[in-house]
Amino acid sequence: MVERRGWLTAVTHLVLIAGIAVLALPIYFAFVASTVGLRDIVEPPLPLVPGPFLFDNYGEALLRGVTQAAATPVALMMFNSLVMALVIAFGKIAISLLSAFAIVYFRFPLRMFFFWTIFVTLMLPVEVRILPTYEVVAGLGLLNTYAGLTIPLIASATATFLFRQFFLTVPDELAEAARVDGAGPLRFFADILLPLSRTNIAALFVILFIYGWNQYLWPLLVTTEASMTTIVIGINQMIAPGEDQTNWPVVMATTMLAMLPPVLVVVFMQRLFVKGLVETEK
Amino acid sequence: MEKRMVFGSTALPYLLVVPQLAITVVFFIWPASQALYQSVLIQDPFGLSTEFVWFENFAHLFTDPLYIAAFWTTAVFSALVTVLSLGLALLFAVMADRVIKGATAYKTLLIWPYAVAPAIAGVLWLFMFNPAIGLVSFYLKVLGYNWNHVLEGGQAMFLVVIAASWKQISYNFLFFLAGLQAIPRSLIEAAAIDGARPLRRFWTIVFPLLSPTTFFLIVVNVVYAFFDTFGIIHAVTKGGPGKATEILVYKVYADGFVGLDLGSSAAQSVVLMTIVVALTVVQFRYIERRVHY
Repeated sequence: MVERRGWLTAVTHLVLIAGIAVLALPIYFAFVASTVGLRDIVEPPLPLVPGPFLFDNYGEALLRGVTQAAATPVALMMFNSLVMALVIAFGKIAISLLSAFAIVYFRFPLRMFFFWTIFVTLMLPVEVRILPTYEVVAGLGLLNTYAGLTIPLIASATATFLFRQFFLTVPDELAEAARVDGAGPLRFFADILLPLSRTNIAALFVILFIYGWNQYLWPLLVTTEASMTTIVIGINQMIAPGEDQTNWPVVMATTMLAMLPPVLVVVFMQRLFVKGLVETEK
Repeated sequence: MEKRMVFGSTALPYLLVVPQLAITVVFFIWPASQALYQSVLIQDPFGLSTEFVWFENFAHLFTDPLYIAAFWTTAVFSALVTVLSLGLALLFAVMADRVIKGATAYKTLLIWPYAVAPAIAGVLWLFMFNPAIGLVSFYLKVLGYNWNHVLEGGQAMFLVVIAASWKQISYNFLFFLAGLQAIPRSLIEAAAIDGARPLRRFWTIVFPLLSPTTFFLIVVNVVYAFFDTFGIIHAVTKGGPGKATEILVYKVYADGFVGLDLGSSAAQSVVLMTIVVALTVVQFRYIERRVHY
């Protein structure tokens, strides 16, 4: 701060606190709704403080689910989401590390062609090729499988670029030293390059975990069986079209559970998260 | 930039790129080319015969008032989301940049909504504005305003804009804060010595210096509003009431999966691809500038 002005500092804190309150408000009401009985909700207004049914609602959500969503227990949905998030995050990182290594450390015919082919995926988000991609996955018999849920999403131009940029900054002397010592390319990759990329991998993992956990359109298309539902899709199925029959306390408990893992990741790995976010946008 | 030192091997590099390349070709390039191919065909409803029709699907599309309407809806939606989320994020970032005590706590409390899935952001706001049980709609009714986004198109648009902006503020906030912290203190101090007050310093020094970040964020936000908000629309309004909140991405899904109009859906995919390509080009050209700045 350049100069001190008492009132300006007060305004600053006031604005920030107001901002935080506005951002947190929907979550607070969701939390309140997840701790009260259905009766408290269908007769508005909603109470302003949490009620006594926290454990009942969360227990019911986790173990039994709601009938509209074919009574799939939310614990199973969370497991599906976790599998999806982890496979997408690790898959993207693994194949991107390998292809970036090939493109940076080798000279081979078609190298730049491959590079640009990977680049093109940046311009083809799932949203613009919904139907044909669905047909491919259906044709391969991958509907309602973890493979169908994850593999089509793990090609990554962004991650490949990120690792390429990073590999280019690694001193050539390291590779030379490794070669003099008799290490082959794979040995160099595993013993030198991977340990050096640790922070980048971790930062990318945080971003990709959130990306995978929050997927919506793709699981909506590929999973039709209740046992394969992910939690983000599950919530939507729980809200009955008529809305009268929606079991809001349990739905809101599920909503809280769906937000918890990615939010915890952001809060507790904030440094890595910010690093990953800024770097994947370059 | 190239490496001086490279490994010599003939088969290994191909093996290394194969996983990435296989997935790219099977799940990206091939479907995209299928979309291109189907966009020039018309298939009869039973899938028994197809006919090559050149650009008829596109001609249909751009003379279809519903498609033009979806274009406008998307434009209005993304403009509102971009302006609202950028404006608030800039305000919070400027404030957070001034704070010395508790800066980390403020930052943490402002960035977590990034982690919330768009569809869940939609459900949260849907719950608060639910015409029958929502807290906000209840108090609006007390104040004499009848809230029913299930029937009122304008209200439905308002709701999805709020939900989409709410989620995006954190992202914009982080980039604005980084941009603000990169501005040399000496410039601002010099202006202060010359007698410029805080507001004037902001408009004449900080805001112009922030413009690269702002332009970058505008592109990112437009991309977000176009493509990443499907979950919000699907969870909150399903494009309704009527077609009031049917954005382009939702229409591709609705026409292809619900309406099963393959040719039209493919043509719409191709239009969207063109938009993504254009936005990506803008983004990359612009990022070149950002690096030089």
